[in-house]
Amino acid sequence: MTAVLENPATESPKPEVGAIPSFDVTLRIRRYNPESEHGEESIWDEFTVTAHGTDRVLDALHKIKWEQDGSLTFRRSCAHGVCGSDAMRINGRNRLACKTLLKDVNPDKPITVEPIKGLPVVKDLVVDMEPFFASYREIMPFLITSGNEPTRERLQSAEDRERFDDTTKCILCAACTSSCPVFWTDGQYFGPAAIVNAHRFIFDSRDEGATQRLEILNDKEGVWRCRTTFNCTEACPRGIEVTKAIQEVKRAMITRAF
Amino acid sequence: MAQTQTPSAIAAPRSPYARRKTTRGNFELYSWVFMRASGVVLLVLVFGHLFVNLMVGEGVHAIDFAFVGGKWSSPFWQVWDLLMLWLAMIHGTNGVRTIVNDYAQRDSTRGVLKVLLYLASTIVVILGTLVIFTFTPCPPGAPAELLPSICFPN
Repeated sequence: MTAVLENPATESPKPEVGAIPSFDVTLRIRRYNPESEHGEESIWDEFTVTAHGTDRVLDALHKIKWEQDGSLTFRRSCAHGVCGSDAMRINGRNRLACKTLLKDVNPDKPITVEPIKGLPVVKDLVVDMEPFFASYREIMPFLITSGNEPTRERLQSAEDRERFDDTTKCILCAACTSSCPVFWTDGQYFGPAAIVNAHRFIFDSRDEGATQRLEILNDKEGVWRCRTTFNCTEACPRGIEVTKAIQEVKRAMITRAF
Repeated sequence: MAQTQTPSAIAAPRSPYARRKTTRGNFELYSWVFMRASGVVLLVLVFGHLFVNLMVGEGVHAIDFAFVGGKWSSPFWQVWDLLMLWLAMIHGTNGVRTIVNDYAQRDSTRGVLKVLLYLASTIVVILGTLVIFTFTPCPPGAPAELLPSICFPN
């Protein structure tokens, strides 16, 4: 969708032809820096920046960091929704800052930006992702096969590929896992992201490690802790049907057990 | 001489994340399936129970000692009520166990709550089972108008 200027007449007198309309937006950012005078306490900090209709939350954060407060800390790499570095809680919902346009999160009111929940904060918007990746590693996110290596590619029919297509889209941004209320409790739950990535291999016709992976997820803290609240599906910036994937893993376990 | 020892003021940068020992097993799987299966059976049992007690015949006005006594003298209703008691108690206990697991953040709180829960449900199940099987519909010396008709076999 393109940004449309609604009332060109009320704007500043005679905007130049081709000029991009701009507006002021306030960001309320949850900041934490144990080395600052605030110590172990996290505080709300407000910044007002001038932004354009095409700007994303990440652009506003950049503007703050580059022009107002260089100590503001956040992660981003590609800045185009592929690397999954800049998942954060924007107006109470987990999103990628680089995929969220300012005009879509109501710039009339201050936009709150917080680190994702359930993982220990390192500084400002940067969290320790190690617990998240620990459970990702546990489900063995690699192809497991037996027998001789083929001399060419492992071929697969389009239908077989379609079976797990949805879960191949994961970029490991942790938006789903850190939106899950069960994960918030004590962080022991494997979390949606780990299960999604297990799903990607369990339903891959070329993979032979499904039994092992199902065994791993048949844990007290595995798929059975999912309460189907759909927070993960709503949070996923890639549009993966996360809850559905978790239910498919559950079903595979039940058909295996009975 | 190479200095290999470093002061330990800085925490090890790669100190491992302590994930708990795996708790694999089919228990959670069976409990998940049980919740769904017992839920369906309980729908039949509970609504059957309500229908028979509240709507058939005189309806709710018929319920008294004699009505219950009469019902429990038949093995059919004994099994029905026993099944209802056990399924409802295990279903409910398992549900609360899940909620405790989800909401109790500390292991000690979780442990205490679960011990209390299991204790309460065990007492209720044992007491209820005892009542269903040792119930005497015709206690000796009770006033005749309170007793079910099966106490007067003629």
